[in-house]
Amino acid sequence: MSTTPTPPSEEELPTPAVQNRRWIPRLVWVVPIAAAVIGISLLIRNWENQGPQITISFLSGEGVQVGKTLVKYRDVTVGRVSAVVLSSDHQTVMVTADLSKDAASLLKADTQFWVVRPRIGVGSVSGLETLLSGVYIGMKTGAATLPERRFVGLENPPALSHGPRGRELQLHAARAGSLSIGAPVYFRQFQVGRVIDENLLPDGSTRVTVFVEAPYDGFVKPVTRFWNASGIDVRLGADGLNVQTESLAAVLAGGLAFDDGPIEALFVAGGVPGEFTLYKNETEAMAPPDGDPRYVRMRFAQSLRGLEVGAPVEFVGVNIGSVVAVDLGYEHQDKSFPVIVTAKVYPRRMGQAYEALAAQGKTETDETLAAFVGTLVKRGLRAQPRSGSLLTGKLYIALDFLPASPRAAFDASIRPLELPTVNGTFQELEANIGRLVKKVNDLPLEQITADLHTDLEDLHETLSELHTRVLPNAEDTLSALHRTLDSADRTLDGESPLQRGLTETLSETRSTLRSVRELADYVDRHPDALLRGRRPQKMPQRPAALSSDAQP
Amino acid sequence: MTPFKQSLELGLIRCGTCGLAVSRASLRMDRRCPRCQSRIEHRTPLSTEMTLAWLIAGIVFYIPANLLPVMHTSGLLGEADSTILGGIFEFWRSGDWDIALLIFIASVAVPFTKFIAIGLLLFTVRKNSRWQQHQRTALYRIVEFIGYWSMLDVIVVALTSALMQFQVLGTAEPRPGIAFFCAVVVVTMLSALSFDPRLIWDRRA
Repeated sequence: MSTTPTPPSEEELPTPAVQNRRWIPRLVWVVPIAAAVIGISLLIRNWENQGPQITISFLSGEGVQVGKTLVKYRDVTVGRVSAVVLSSDHQTVMVTADLSKDAASLLKADTQFWVVRPRIGVGSVSGLETLLSGVYIGMKTGAATLPERRFVGLENPPALSHGPRGRELQLHAARAGSLSIGAPVYFRQFQVGRVIDENLLPDGSTRVTVFVEAPYDGFVKPVTRFWNASGIDVRLGADGLNVQTESLAAVLAGGLAFDDGPIEALFVAGGVPGEFTLYKNETEAMAPPDGDPRYVRMRFAQSLRGLEVGAPVEFVGVNIGSVVAVDLGYEHQDKSFPVIVTAKVYPRRMGQAYEALAAQGKTETDETLAAFVGTLVKRGLRAQPRSGSLLTGKLYIALDFLPASPRAAFDASIRPLELPTVNGTFQELEANIGRLVKKVNDLPLEQITADLHTDLEDLHETLSELHTRVLPNAEDTLSALHRTLDSADRTLDGESPLQRGLTETLSETRSTLRSVRELADYVDRHPDALLRGRRPQKMPQRPAALSSDAQP
Repeated sequence: MTPFKQSLELGLIRCGTCGLAVSRASLRMDRRCPRCQSRIEHRTPLSTEMTLAWLIAGIVFYIPANLLPVMHTSGLLGEADSTILGGIFEFWRSGDWDIALLIFIASVAVPFTKFIAIGLLLFTVRKNSRWQQHQRTALYRIVEFIGYWSMLDVIVVALTSALMQFQVLGTAEPRPGIAFFCAVVVVTMLSALSFDPRLIWDRRA
């Protein structure tokens, strides 16, 4: 063994063997390569998952926090707010949010965004969870095909955020009543949907959008009638008090109800239209279809206090329309102020009469209708204001046949049709009373009173004369009469001497007559006695008794 | 210049296992210790290369460790993914500056110190520099020492995830970022281990 190093010999060592043993530690380079691969793959995945960035403008950024506020679709997080800035005109808040890649397909031109905050309403309480967790941005995808990256956020959440299956319907009404978004829609007291939108159309009418959930949307048919169910319907009818309401919530928050229309309308064919009329109440909704109204005008030469717009127009007691305007007119000829009443009438409400007309095709145009009305006027049809209620003094217009009324001219060419009128019954009564009062006024009451006065004075004189002269004489006469009667009374009294004498005389007379009868009897039995006189008594005792009797 | 001599200058190699001083010339081709038969190396083979490889791996892992969330918390107050830097800001803003500082030191300052220190050591060794040899050796010791303390973040996440399981009230789950962070710590420790400090003192012609 040599102790001195020999560098040349070391140089001669076979190096390949050494290299062979040394490639294994170089495997350590796998680690940074693997790290790089993992890092790059993460980057690629992140880049691939990078969803679209959207901008939503809100009126207020209340509660929205950068990096914290989430965007949720069906309560699943699909994105996060990355920036909140004011718009250049400082009118809105532009919220920028990064969405995940799978949410890109949800971004349509009509996709809606809104900020979910706690809301407490009459009908519902929502968003309570955001009290603790902070607000989030709700999202509802739309049906449009065009994609969109810039949106205008809603200030109020849509009534239906999760797009359940069902049918959306438009209702048209003159006024929406007390409806609010989210108000319930009832079918036979069963909630089947809700109001999702209300709009005021440019013509001033209201369009209410309702959503009827599946499977109840099958109840909506072409004949379905919608009506406003808010409020309580109290009716006092022949069958007693009838209170009807859909639900307490509907009373408070408003609500709609619908049901099938009248039976004759059930045969309407065709699909369900997207638009319906919203009626004021169930009664109105369930009335048969009115068809188009016709307008008529009436001139009344009298005050129509108590006639209001909306007052009914009744044809032979059947409501066929209503008053739409009460105006004051002016007649140049006689400088009078007639009241011009315009009313709309629904010829269809005339029932069978209308059907008969329709069968002849007479109602379709104004001309044929005018001719028809002309014949009615000839038969005595007149418009007359009548008192609907003595309590309120409200008037209504009655179209009735009054054949006794004076003939009236009817011009069929005037539009709208002008109906001849007569004054109201109440007013006629007033006029009659007026005439009566006038007659009473015309009576010569003062003269009558004067005559009566002199007569009474004469009577007074006569009576005073009677009193001063006739009455004292009468008193004397009466006292004389009294004395006479007194003496007469005394004379006739049982104790008076006259009476007594008379009684005695009568007794005497009776004894005398008895004696005469006995004599006659004796003479009858003993006629000879007249000659021989009386014979001694040979008679039994009884005749003796008789004789003793005869002896006074 | 220095009064000290490297062992190689004396023609000697020390067996790393049994301490036998072997003359360089007497080594066989397979370089095994004549006494204990363990592999005998003058310096750790491929030390700088392996250190560099581990260091690069550590730097690469450090990027997703910071970008990806390390923990997911959910509870009554909503849910959130937190990254390391985000967590530091959160603590700082809410006033817990001490905790923020602790996490910053453990998860940002320490790894960066390690990257810079190892990088500096590698660079000077490659350059065969004789600059500040004592301080560089001290630096190496520091790097070795602070290596384990970087696991603080990992331990925090592990503890939080294990303890905070209150279902509705609050849960915490680890997220992939913490795995990368763990990898950073492990890889940098390996990097430091594979560095042969004797290279600082070597003078090659």
